[in-house]
This record gives sequence, C-alpha cells and structure tokens, in this order.
Amino acid sequence: MSWVALKMLTGDKAKYFGIVFGVTFAALLMSQQLSIFCGLMRNTTSQIRDIQGADLWVMDRNVQFIDDVKPLSENDLYRVRGVPGVEWAVRLYKGIARARLADGNFQQMIVLGLDNATLVGAPGPHRILHGTIEDLRQPDAVFIDEFGWKYLYGDEPFAAGRKTLELNDKRAVIVGMCKCNPTFQTFPILYCTYSQAVQFIPQERKTLSFVLAKADDGVTEAEVCRRITDQTGFKALTDDQFFWTTIDYYMTRTGIPINFGITVMLGFVVGCAIAGQTFYLFTIENLKQFGALKAMGVGNLRLMGMILLQAYVVGVIGYGLGLGGAALFGWVFERVVTTAPPAFYFAWPILGITAGAVLLIVTLSALVSLRRVLFLEPAVVFR
Amino acid sequence: MPATLDSPAGTAAVALRGVGKVFGIGDTRVAALREVDLDLPYGELVLLVGPSGCGKTTLISVVAGLLDPSEGEIEVLGESLSRMRGGRKVRFRGERIGFVFQQYNLLPALTAAENAAVPLLIAGWNRRKAVARAADLLTEVGLADKLTAYPSQLSGGQQQRVAIARALVHEPKLLVCDEPTAALDAASGRTVMGLIRKVAVEPDRAVVVVTHDSRVYDFGDRIVSMADGRVEKVEVKPAG
Ligand SMILES: Nc1ncnc2c1ncn2[C@@H]1O[C@H](COP(=O)(O)OP(=O)(O)OP(=O)(O)O)[C@@H](O)[C@H]1O
Ligand SMILES: [Mg+2]
Repeated sequence: MSWVALKMLTGDKAKYFGIVFGVTFAALLMSQQLSIFCGLMRNTTSQIRDIQGADLWVMDRNVQFIDDVKPLSENDLYRVRGVPGVEWAVRLYKGIARARLADGNFQQMIVLGLDNATLVGAPGPHRILHGTIEDLRQPDAVFIDEFGWKYLYGDEPFAAGRKTLELNDKRAVIVGMCKCNPTFQTFPILYCTYSQAVQFIPQERKTLSFVLAKADDGVTEAEVCRRITDQTGFKALTDDQFFWTTIDYYMTRTGIPINFGITVMLGFVVGCAIAGQTFYLFTIENLKQFGALKAMGVGNLRLMGMILLQAYVVGVIGYGLGLGGAALFGWVFERVVTTAPPAFYFAWPILGITAGAVLLIVTLSALVSLRRVLFLEPAVVFR
Repeated sequence: MPATLDSPAGTAAVALRGVGKVFGIGDTRVAALREVDLDLPYGELVLLVGPSGCGKTTLISVVAGLLDPSEGEIEVLGESLSRMRGGRKVRFRGERIGFVFQQYNLLPALTAAENAAVPLLIAGWNRRKAVARAADLLTEVGLADKLTAYPSQLSGGQQQRVAIARALVHEPKLLVCDEPTAALDAASGRTVMGLIRKVAVEPDRAVVVVTHDSRVYDFGDRIVSMADGRVEKVEVKPAG
C-alpha cells in the first residue's frame, strides 16, 4: 500500500509540486537565513580565531566581546606572568586605526600587534600567502589580509614592499599577505609587532589590549583561568569561551538574532501554509478514494501510515531541495560577491533545526488532513 | 462455523433478522431500515429495487459491514457482524467482500490493471503478482487492450468494468454493487450487468446489486423490492 500511497501523491502533479514547493521554500528560507546568521555571528569572532598559538585570553573583567577592548597596563602583564601554572604570557594589541592610503584616502583598519620577541598569535605558515612571518621584524613592516588587499587594491597582484600606508603619521610597508577569517566590520586587517602597533595609534596611557597566555603542562586551562582570576581579578578565557562570550554578546545585545529569527519564522509559517493547505486540498480531493480504500479493507492505522508516508516523502524531498538550494546560494554568493567577506556559514545544527522544522511542517500538514480521513465513514462511498 | 462457508449449499450467505437502522435524533430522526428480515442465497444475483430513499443503500451498507445497524442480527458468510469489532470487520471486508460503486471510485493515478489489483495489494500480495492476476480478470471483462490505460482514458462503462474486475480479483464470497449502471447509458448498462452475471455469479458467491434501472431487471435471479425501509416483496425467478 505504500506504493499506492506514493502513486496517489505523485499522480496529481500540480498538487505534488505545490506541496514540495511549500516545503522547499520553507527549508530554503530557513536554512539560508540561519546560515547567514551563523556566518555573521561567526564573523564577529574572526580575530579570536585568527590569533593562534596561545591557550588563554586574559582581559579586563568587564570585557564583553573581542572588540570591547579595555586596555591593561604593562604591570598587569607581569602580574599574569606571576600566576603559578602560567607557562608564558605575552602582549597583544588589538585596535582600530585610521590609515591614509597613497591616494590620500582614509581607511579604518584592524591592527593586531604581536609580541616582539615571540610573535605569538601570528598566522601559521599555511595561512601566509606571501612573505614569511619573520618579515614583520623589518622596519615599518606590516602584513595585510587577503580581503584587505583586494579591498584596497582590487585585482592588482601582491608585491612585497610596493604598497605603503600612513597610520598616525607613521609609515607602514606591506611586506606580506595572509589569509584571515572574514570579519564582521569588513575592515582590512594589519599584522605587525606590538611596538609597531602602538605607534600606529595616537598616544595613550595604556595600550595593552589583551594578554595571551599559555598554561603549564599538567595544569588544565580551566584551572589556570581560575587562578588568574583569583590572583589578578582579570577575566581569563580559553579560545572557545571567548568565542561564545563574544557571540553571546551579539545575540543578547543586538537586534540581529531577532531580525533573522523573524525571517526564519516567516519561512516556517509560509512553508506551513503552502504545504499544509496544498496537502489538505490534495487529501480532500482524494477523500472519496480514501473512502473506497477504507470500504475495501484498509484500516485507519494503514491509512494513517499512507498519509504520513506521503507527507514524509514530500518532507524529505523538500528538505533536500531547500538545503541544496541554500548551499548553492552560499557557494555562488561566495564566488560572485568577491568584494565582501562571506557571511554564510552552514553550521551543522542548521541541518537539524531545518529538519525539525520541516518535520513539524509536514507532520502538521498530515495531521490536519488525517482528521478528515480518519473520521470518514466508509459508507460515504455509496453516496 | 467457518467450515460451512466453502460448501454453502442450503445455508444463506446473508441473513438479516429484525434489522433496523435509524439516522439522527429528535426532529431529524430517520428510520432508514425497519424490521428487515432477509436471506440472500449463494449462487444467485439478487437485485435490490425500490423508490429513492427507501433504504437500499443503507441495507447493503449494513450487509457489507460499512454501517452498524441500530438493532437486529446480521450474519454474513457465516459470521455475525453484530459481534464483530473494528479491525476484524475491516479485515473481513477486505478479504471476503467485493464492492462496486456507482461512481467507480478508481484511483486516478493507477492504471486499469493496477486499480484492479488494489484488493490484492491490501491483502499484502507482491505488486507484480497482483497486477498479473488483475490483468487476467481485466481480460475476462473484455479490457485486455486497456491494461495500462488510466481511468481518465476510459469510458464510464470501461471504468465500471475495471471496478468489477477490482471487486472480484480477490475472489470475495459476497459482491455488493450500488447502482452500478446508474451513470451509464442503456447499452453500457446492459454490458456491465451482463458481465456481473457472467463473471461474478458463482455457486459459492452471493451477489447483490442495488438498482433503479428497470431495464436491467431481467438480469436478476431474485428481486427484492423495498419501500420505506421495509422489504415489501421477494420475487424468485424460475431457474433458466
Ligand atoms: N448518513 C445519513 N444520515 C442521515 N440520514 C441518512 C443517512 N443515510 C441515509 N439517510 C436517510 O435514510 C433513508 C434511506 O437512504 P438510502 O440512501 O438508503 O436510500 P436509497 O434507497 O439508497 O435511495 P437512492 O435510491 O436515492 O439511492 C433516506 O431517507 C436518507 O435520507
Ligand atoms: Mg442509494
């Protein structure tokens, strides 16, 4: 009878496509919006993921997210170094500076200043596209990220030492290029040494944005974080914790989740409406057929199975098409829109959330229809 | 007494005793059947006739286990329907009763052969075998060249012949037909009745046909006349 159910479903092409369309639309809209949402949220943490080589981020206790810099003093660095279980601790400058381009234009830049001695936090070799990280030790040297280069110089091929910028009246020479994660603010990223970085910004009393630290072998990161907080009063977070703290901030303090949430709800509601209504019409139109089957010895349980099968088949197809469509969108978007960093991140939970929503849509559609079929008197076949 | 079912000589296929059916309550109360006593034998084609609204459809619905009577006892194919519940009744209908409806009620998405195979599919047959068996029956009703046609490609008479094949494919012991010729012209109506007579009537099967259509009265072995919910008259035609 499963076969009969599927034949019935696909027999009426218009309705069949209508239902599939409804589910596809919902799955596409939901997964696409969720992906962009996740992408944007993820982009807010790009520098956390860019900075590599340390276990812990130490910061002022009131810092809420990566861009919420509340500078520490030099002395604070030594206090962190003094905490037992801290193998080493180094400076990180993170800030935004205004650069003057060769053509006289101004551009905001994200500046990451790395500890002069160790260059902790620098991109790993696989992320470096031009130059070597040691080039940062040359006078006035900076690395720029790939998007930043494109943003400033378009398709011009990279050449070390050819491009210079002016930050806070100091010269910066672009000596290398690296891959960075797409950012939320879309500003170009400059890597340089810490001492270089503090010259790129107007004189301030405190310039130390973060302390990057490593835990001793044999001490858990959580334990070291606890000790740092106990001894210094600073907040100490692992990469992962800082990642989620930052996302948490954007989730609770901006309208982004609500706006995306509304669109996702809309996808769900419209999907429900289209799929549910068409499925209902389909069932009503086949009511006489279902009645005949009932008379001919198909019990309610089997009818329920048939209708649920129809609904779930449509659900699976619509889910596949919708997700495929969303993935295609992301793929095309990334290739067509080269001027903007991609904000499309297909996190695995999106598969589950969309699947759950689609399951709900088709189940609701089926239930609405089921009521009519289950309460159908088989004797109606003689009317 | 299932043992008697396949050797039915002498016993009635359907026996109704004091059967009544009431629809609605209060002002809308309609007594569709009153005190019906009726025996239908195996091996005969019984015509159920009477004016519109006299209760013919209600009677065969009750006989086929589609409606529960308000009172009385019904025995069909040796089993008491009154005492049969839910799932068992559904299975009983599926296995032992064949249905032909006025509006054919074929599944538009299935071919003629697939439609005729539905009762076997319900019984759990494998599809290929079921369709092959259905094709045999369609050949018997003269539709050998329409096996893969869809209902929309068939005339009313042809659709009703598919429906007859469907009603018989699982070899039911009772066939009920509600106005099978009402939607057809005279010639097609006679073809359909002739076919029912020819392929449906078997010594171990009872056939009941509700009809308005006096043009087909000559196909019946027995004519049960109803009026106002009661059986008024039973005429048995002499054999031959
Ligand atoms: N489901 C129902 N609810 C209420 N009344 C009903 C129902 N079914 C039948 N009736 C009533 O029962 C009576 C008998 O109806 P039935 O359909 O059995 O007549 P019929 O002899 O088949 O008529 P026709 O020749 O027009 O088909 C009618 O008065 C009808 O209005
Ligand atoms: Mg009737």
